[in-house]
Amino acid sequence: MTSTESRRASRRQVLKGAGALAAAGVIGAPAISKAQTGTIKIGVPTILSGRVAILGQTSVGGLKVVFDKFNAAGGINGRKIEMVVRDSKGAPQEAAKVTRDLINNDKCEIILDAEASSAAFAVQEVIREIGVLCLHSNSETSSLTADPKLHVPTAFRTARQGIHDAIGGGDYAAKIAKAKGLKKWATCSPDYAYGRSNTAEFMEYAKHFDGNIQVVEESWPKLFQPDYTEVVTKLLNAKADAMYSALWGGDLVAFIDQANLYGLFDKQASFMVNLGDYGVVDQVKQFPQGVYSGGRYNRTVPATKENEEWYQNYVKTQKHKPTNWSWENAVAAEFVVEALKKTNGDTNGKKMAEAIKGMTLKSQFGTKGTVTMRAEDNTLVDYIIGYGVSLSKEPYVSDFQASAWEPIFELEKQWKKKQGYIS
Amino acid sequence: MDLDALLRCVGTTSCVVTQLTSGMIIGMLLFLIASGVTLIFGVLNVINFAHGSLYMIGAYAAWTFYQLTGSYFVSALGAAVAVGMLGVLFERVLMSKVYGSNVLMQLLVCYAVVLISDDLIKIIWGPVPLSMGMPPEFRLPPIRFMGGVIPPFYLFMILAAMAIGLLLWLVIVRTRFGSVVRAAAINGPMVSALGIRVNLYYAAVFGIGSALAGAAGALAAPVRSLTPGMGFSILIESFIVTVIGGMGSIVGAFVASIIIGLTRSFGSIGFPLFVDGVMFLIMALVLIFKPSGLFGRPHR
Repeated sequence: MTSTESRRASRRQVLKGAGALAAAGVIGAPAISKAQTGTIKIGVPTILSGRVAILGQTSVGGLKVVFDKFNAAGGINGRKIEMVVRDSKGAPQEAAKVTRDLINNDKCEIILDAEASSAAFAVQEVIREIGVLCLHSNSETSSLTADPKLHVPTAFRTARQGIHDAIGGGDYAAKIAKAKGLKKWATCSPDYAYGRSNTAEFMEYAKHFDGNIQVVEESWPKLFQPDYTEVVTKLLNAKADAMYSALWGGDLVAFIDQANLYGLFDKQASFMVNLGDYGVVDQVKQFPQGVYSGGRYNRTVPATKENEEWYQNYVKTQKHKPTNWSWENAVAAEFVVEALKKTNGDTNGKKMAEAIKGMTLKSQFGTKGTVTMRAEDNTLVDYIIGYGVSLSKEPYVSDFQASAWEPIFELEKQWKKKQGYIS
Repeated sequence: MDLDALLRCVGTTSCVVTQLTSGMIIGMLLFLIASGVTLIFGVLNVINFAHGSLYMIGAYAAWTFYQLTGSYFVSALGAAVAVGMLGVLFERVLMSKVYGSNVLMQLLVCYAVVLISDDLIKIIWGPVPLSMGMPPEFRLPPIRFMGGVIPPFYLFMILAAMAIGLLLWLVIVRTRFGSVVRAAAINGPMVSALGIRVNLYYAAVFGIGSALAGAAGALAAPVRSLTPGMGFSILIESFIVTVIGGMGSIVGAFVASIIIGLTRSFGSIGFPLFVDGVMFLIMALVLIFKPSGLFGRPHR
């Protein structure tokens, strides 16, 4: 059907329009927040829309639990904490813009960067210029804090780190591989900094602990890709013995739903570092049983009274279940609160950084009941990591095996030397 | 580039069957969306940049109907009808006001609808991804055919999309309604001069195009996570399909959808890092050598 009328749009106009629409979708529009005087304003750039909006929602939940308690106790020197949360949609350029706005226009004195890795690097560069205190609470890409070229004195990471998960997970996977004869491996991870580095590191250490492992297929679906059909069929055709995936959030939910149709999880052993999170397990309708699942956040890991109380309090106050991002952000908030106590409420970036560097906090998320902000690279250590086997109902994970930190420290040091990060 | 892997796949029946069906699955869903875009453009001469939002609303509507009724078929039908009616409303209240306007004005109206619908979805259903899950009637082991693997639900999707496409073609080509629509596409004022209320036909066409997007959303709901903004990525691919097939051509949209589907399924094996590049390359080649698209008529 074609029309001959003059009002017909030309193909060039259509393409222009599509381009303009695409650009508009990327740029988006910032949210508006109100400012108050006398409060300590903490800016939170995060993702509140799209398929991983759960990241922002549960990150903010983790922060609120700590800051609400701090404010209820009177704050510090009469000053309470006010969070200013902004949606970056996960886009690096938007995250950088939002962070600048939070500092320059909203007068935020501290940044809690609850972005995924795709945007955390952009936030890091803003912090380098401006010098306020920043805690990256979600980015797991190792180089963010491991690479000295990226080092910013006032920036820290309270998120788990890819290399730690890789060493612990690689050790766990190698033991299973040896026991079950899993030699041919395929990978399926999102195509951006976190997915690439996490997968390379995991496979490197799986091979380190079991020399028979070889990668026969790699799939790199785009972040937030809606359809995984061609990825699933590619994995099927690879006929691998095992698969590793670093997909997460809604992407992982969609992948599992689509992979189930092909019976992918029946055909190979699967290791998924991000499977065991409430945001995923609650959404997947046919939760795969017997998949090796990385430890994210689970109310039974550790099976302590403190952890159960924290879970119950979180659900009661936030009206949803916590995720891995919740505990990472709760820890970030606790570091801020403790540092404010040390500086007597002075939010100067350098003073706050000095207070946090090397700080050890009592925490139910730590292997020994504590977590430490390692001074040498401003990153969190001693938190609980490990793998378990997925269950289709509560508690969703069984046989959880926590990784020991001493071997992780040793191999991490070697890895840093290999990367040229230390001599 | 891993052309060896591609050649190995092409030489293996099981791989060919699996990838062919995978390509058809991707293509048929795209076809349903692109056919709506191309139908609306062909008749009304407007580019519905908000078509992805209608797809998204279709998916959410199907999810809601499924929660209420427990029947996937009722949900899919309900979603298509609901989105079709919403499309009629959209056309009467907004789009009919910008017929004949500059394409950028149409874009502005559509982009406003995209933003508003994304926010409404967030307000009504929340920002967290939703999953419908596979309806019990399709929770079956995959079908084995010549060594390849075909999920029963995907087979249903392909057949449903083809049936809808065939029905659409029959309505346009074999019915009086279709004759009037085709006449209105060529010369609306002349049809109007014959005493036919063309505006009603325009609204009906927009409704049908919208219903196609709603049906696509409903078909995708069991296997894709539902999120605000989910229509955006598929909209870009549906525009590629529309341009390759020829704007206004439903047959063109069908063929181009299959081309894009197969490019993605076999490309993921042979050139996994350049699949999008190849899709745009195909579009560029069509624009260079046959600017009206594979099945489109040259503009006068």
